[in-house]
Amino acid sequence: MTLRTRPMPLLEISKLKKSFTADGANHCVVNVRTFRLAEQAQVALEGESGSGKTTFLHLIAGILRPDSGRIAIAGREMSALEEPARDHLRATTIGYIFQTFNLLQGYTCLENVLLGMSFGPGADRPFAVKLLERVGLGDRLKHYPRQLSTGQQQRVAVARAMANKPRLVLADEPTGNLDHKNARESLKLIREACRENGAALLLVSHDREVLAQFDNVEPFDRINHNSAEEPPV
Amino acid sequence: MTIGRIVLKSLRQHTLSTCVTAFSIALAGGLLMSVWAVKQQSQATFTGVNAGFDAVLGARGSKLQLVLNAIFHLEASPGNLSWSDFLDIQRNPNVELAVPLAVGDNYRGYRLVGTVPEMFEKTEYAPGQKFALQPGGAWFDPTRREAVVGDFVARKMRLHVGDTFHPFHGLIFDEKNQHSETYVVVGVLKPSNTPADRVIWIPLVGIQRMSGHDPKAATDVSAVLVKLKAHSAIAGFQMDMMYNKQGNRLTFAWPIGSVMAELFDKIGWFDRVLALVSYLVASVATASILAGIYNSMNERRREIAILRALGARRFTIFSAILLEAASISALGMAAGFAVYGVIVTVVAGLMRAQTGVVIDPFKFNAVMLWSPTVLIALGALAGIIPAVKAYRTDVAENLTPHS
Repeated sequence: MTLRTRPMPLLEISKLKKSFTADGANHCVVNVRTFRLAEQAQVALEGESGSGKTTFLHLIAGILRPDSGRIAIAGREMSALEEPARDHLRATTIGYIFQTFNLLQGYTCLENVLLGMSFGPGADRPFAVKLLERVGLGDRLKHYPRQLSTGQQQRVAVARAMANKPRLVLADEPTGNLDHKNARESLKLIREACRENGAALLLVSHDREVLAQFDNVEPFDRINHNSAEEPPV
Repeated sequence: MTIGRIVLKSLRQHTLSTCVTAFSIALAGGLLMSVWAVKQQSQATFTGVNAGFDAVLGARGSKLQLVLNAIFHLEASPGNLSWSDFLDIQRNPNVELAVPLAVGDNYRGYRLVGTVPEMFEKTEYAPGQKFALQPGGAWFDPTRREAVVGDFVARKMRLHVGDTFHPFHGLIFDEKNQHSETYVVVGVLKPSNTPADRVIWIPLVGIQRMSGHDPKAATDVSAVLVKLKAHSAIAGFQMDMMYNKQGNRLTFAWPIGSVMAELFDKIGWFDRVLALVSYLVASVATASILAGIYNSMNERRREIAILRALGARRFTIFSAILLEAASISALGMAAGFAVYGVIVTVVAGLMRAQTGVVIDPFKFNAVMLWSPTVLIALGALAGIIPAVKAYRTDVAENLTPHS
């Protein structure tokens, strides 16, 4: 008899809850019963602004700690780790692309990418240069973010997210600040970079044009039951 | 990219506040080191200068005034003593050498001191060092109107061998009080870095018999420099008893170093005021580090959140802020050494011009070690409050720009 087992997913979430208190009331923002993401998969989560998508990504990245539930990344339980260990896991396993790029203005393109490595595997200058060349900024290594267009800034952010050779890339409305042309190019670049580096991609967006590029689109309110009653067990 | 790199970037991004704060640390550190070094060096130098003598005998009065007048050529003479008093102490079996001095005239503010050739022939102003003349000079003939000029005076007054001058009456220069006598410069002393460099030496009788001086005092002297024979401590004690306790006409200032130490005791409050001022400046500078970094924390919250999102630990951020505060202090202290150099060089120049005493501005002093250490530690301490604020930065809340 052959025993068939499902391969272990890269990201596995169960019974994840996160609430915030505002005006004396408790607001449940994230309530995800189960979510899985396979190695090298590319999934888009569709959801409106304020639906809790960013909080969900912050929980996965270990920036926020859940009230309850389990998040496992590459076999390690992010939700059970103390903060320094979560920071380390984030620095070594996860690449994060923000809607507002979040580049450090006092650092050059190259330094921003090197910074993405320094808290994880350590600075690798040749690799950082290679990444910037890959995103078409080989001639802008010493430029500061303010000297770049928004599209170029997003490409630096993509290179920085790849700097620690992550197994999971989280992208939070990565094209939200870009025009259509740049958005298309940027999205293409993110997906290619993840593919080339063997990283899985979890992208959240409300932009239908962006979502149309993905084979695997999951409506966020289908997995997040923040306004629904807890289903009977 | 290390914490050091993050700190360097931050210092560059806040160049103006970094420079201003570092400058205040530089002032505090420079002032603190200067006060300490000048105080210690001047105390050591002034209490060590004795012109090669153990004591000074003079008219009844203040020992300090006597020493300042006879050794440092400052202050007025407390009065005269008779030639017989000089002969008495010269014949004292405990005395190896007694040199009479007479003062009361000047040349354009520089004091004329009348003395005898033994002052130069037999005196070692420092162990193994006798007064010497610059090439082409000669010692004065005690019977003639000749002068040997101290190095500092010669340079300031541009006096050379063969030049002549008329003395002026009194210790303070007054153009109307010129004496008719003409003196010829026969020698210029090599620099001795002692008060002797700041005076013009002439024969004793020159002062005693200068026109206009009281003929009744023509044999009086202003003071007698006394060198005691071996075991001078006992001899000095005996003579101290004889002149100061049993007698009431004369004052025997012995030992010279102790008399000068009393001066430093008297002006000790001034050192303390200066030290207090430098402590206050240090406190203000430290507070400015705290305020400078703390005020910048609001604009840096997003940057900190980004660093944290990239995997920087809270402790890394905390350490970076502490290191930044300590670095500002360290930069300030590096500049503080320049401030110290300027202050001490100016003070040393003034001291030399006013007293003839030379201090070495760059001589090592323990304050050069402990003062930077303390100020850098204080700087780091000032960084704790902003570092705690940085440590507590909420990452999720600050990742998005606030409009």
